[in-house]
Amino acid sequence: MRHILIIGATSAIAEVTARRFARDGDRLYLVARNPERLESVASDLRLCGATQVETMVMDVNGTDRHVEMIAQAETVMGGLDTVLIAHGTLSNQQACEASFKETLRELQTNCLSVISLLTHVANCFETKKRGTIAVISSVAGDRGRKSNYVYGTAKAAVSVFLQGLRNRLYRSGVNVITIKAGFVDTPMTADFCKGFLWASSEKVGNGIYRSIQRKRDEVYLPWFWRWIMLVIRLLPEGVFKKTNI
Amino acid sequence: MGDGIDCRWTPLARHLMKDYVSWGRYPKAIPAAVHRVHWTDELLPNTTCSLLPYGNGRSYGDSCLNDGGVLLDMRDLNRMLSFDRSTGVLRCEAGVLLADILVLAVPMGWFLPVTPGTRFVTVGGAIANDVHGKNHHRTGTFGQHVLGMALRRSDRGIVLCSATENTELFHATIGGLGLTGVILWAEIRLRPIANHAVDSETIRFPNLDAFFDLSSESDRDYEYTVAWVDCLARGNALGRGLFMRGSHAAPQERLPAPSGRTRSFPVDMPFPLVNAWSLRAFNNLYYRKQLARVHRSITHYKSFFFPLDNILHWNRLYGRRGFLQYQCVVSPESAKESVRALLEAIATARSGSFLSVLKVFGNRFSPGLLSFPRPGVTLALDFPNQGRRTLDLLDQLDRIVASAGGAVYPAKDARMSGEHFLQYFPRWKEFQRHIDPRFSSSFWRRITTRI
Repeated sequence: MRHILIIGATSAIAEVTARRFARDGDRLYLVARNPERLESVASDLRLCGATQVETMVMDVNGTDRHVEMIAQAETVMGGLDTVLIAHGTLSNQQACEASFKETLRELQTNCLSVISLLTHVANCFETKKRGTIAVISSVAGDRGRKSNYVYGTAKAAVSVFLQGLRNRLYRSGVNVITIKAGFVDTPMTADFCKGFLWASSEKVGNGIYRSIQRKRDEVYLPWFWRWIMLVIRLLPEGVFKKTNI
Repeated sequence: MGDGIDCRWTPLARHLMKDYVSWGRYPKAIPAAVHRVHWTDELLPNTTCSLLPYGNGRSYGDSCLNDGGVLLDMRDLNRMLSFDRSTGVLRCEAGVLLADILVLAVPMGWFLPVTPGTRFVTVGGAIANDVHGKNHHRTGTFGQHVLGMALRRSDRGIVLCSATENTELFHATIGGLGLTGVILWAEIRLRPIANHAVDSETIRFPNLDAFFDLSSESDRDYEYTVAWVDCLARGNALGRGLFMRGSHAAPQERLPAPSGRTRSFPVDMPFPLVNAWSLRAFNNLYYRKQLARVHRSITHYKSFFFPLDNILHWNRLYGRRGFLQYQCVVSPESAKESVRALLEAIATARSGSFLSVLKVFGNRFSPGLLSFPRPGVTLALDFPNQGRRTLDLLDQLDRIVASAGGAVYPAKDARMSGEHFLQYFPRWKEFQRHIDPRFSSSFWRRITTRI
């Protein structure tokens, strides 16, 4: 049985993954901002078969509470071996271009809060010499594009941080998974017109569950993004700067 | 972004809306936009278009469609909120599928109080159409087992309603076709079972009189009764078929496994596979599928209740033009004559379907103002869409139903006239007062254009 901490538990993708854990009878500690939504997710997971579901209402940008939250999760579940970091906001690129304050806020939510959590979780797992850390990053972090480079910057920083962390924790037997999600149809992207590249949150959430089970390092979800991003990364900057993607 | 939804559809939007069809895929209707509802605390989308909740799209006609309006896709609102294992009271969000409830409840010894022919419908849809099942003669409709629910209305916010609170709105919402507001969650009472098996019998019967005899005999002793009829048989064999009756099994030593794997009908047929020839061949064979007159077995509940759920997308059998389902009920006094007249009209037209179903409804009145089930005999079958020819036949059936004091089921209808609707559902005026001012559907506009 796993003891799992999920940050951003009301995200559509995390909810799908959490249901899979619950069906396995795992113990879950859920963290999210909105108390009513968090409670409805928790009740559902309890009925799905989770052995234990506990919740904590918290805004992840309150980084000074992270240590306390992780300790609390470990205490009430009687252990902690898996962490899924799934929170995030989709930055409004135009607003960020107009205001550094807005950019800073986006970087705080999508990058710094994640790095703070990772710092504490990594130290905790390193001493235990076991554990799995999975973080939802994004294909947007693979190359900066004019349409959302602030969001991309945050995700790129998270991806690089995770690479280093994976390298550091390898010898301690801790598994670090970077989930590079493509376009996912969730409330976060409700205002977009959806085309053929879009995947459902079920597909991506189930993919995350599988990668945690198989102890993967870096996964693109759905799989075809690995090849799309390979091509995009290979384009020379002289060509790329003229594109409109 | 997020400033509201534009009512003019674009070619792009049209492409993306192709998943939002009804089960019969006739008529076609294109929503201006689709808004996915994820949380019960979300406000209704900001738009000037009319709104309509869309569940799992298992209504056959246009009652789940909103041409040019906005559909609220409810399937992400699918959380179980609470379940009391001692009383069987379940509270869940409206987008939960009946299939999900069975997965949760059956291992704990509970079952749906009322089960339609597919488990792939949402709880919200089951309430909005006040669905019924093979046990109508015992337990009535789905709506009669709803203890309470929360509705989000554009004019009043969240309204809790039940048999004691906002009673009129509660009764309007049961069978209310999604027009009285969005059902956010509902509380339903499940029924206890000993195990997942059904003790069932299939009996071959030679004609309509035999059906009525079997029905009155079986409805006393069996919880579930329904009959398949050969809709092409005429003369002395008119109304012949197979009568299925069953009850939840007593504790068993060996329980049956769920039968067969799920297959999917892969593609749209370029032409309907249902035609006069295939229909005659199938019906003749199916009538003789068992050698003995009576066949008894202990089956898994899935094969007893949901034989068609094993074939995903079976509606593709009918090809791109889709099909029309027809379900009517006729009053008990003249039931024999009316069913005979209906079957004769269908057999003469040499149309109809593989699955034609006959059942006697009980005296269980639903509180729903637009509820379809009522005492009498119900006949359900589908017809490949052959345009005018099919519509004329259904109009002919409507005239028989109307003169027999019957009704046609809105959840399955795509073409009944407004005049007939008003006659079938005399409480529509009372119902109309409870419609949310921002809600509408293709069905409702079609029915009310001439009022």
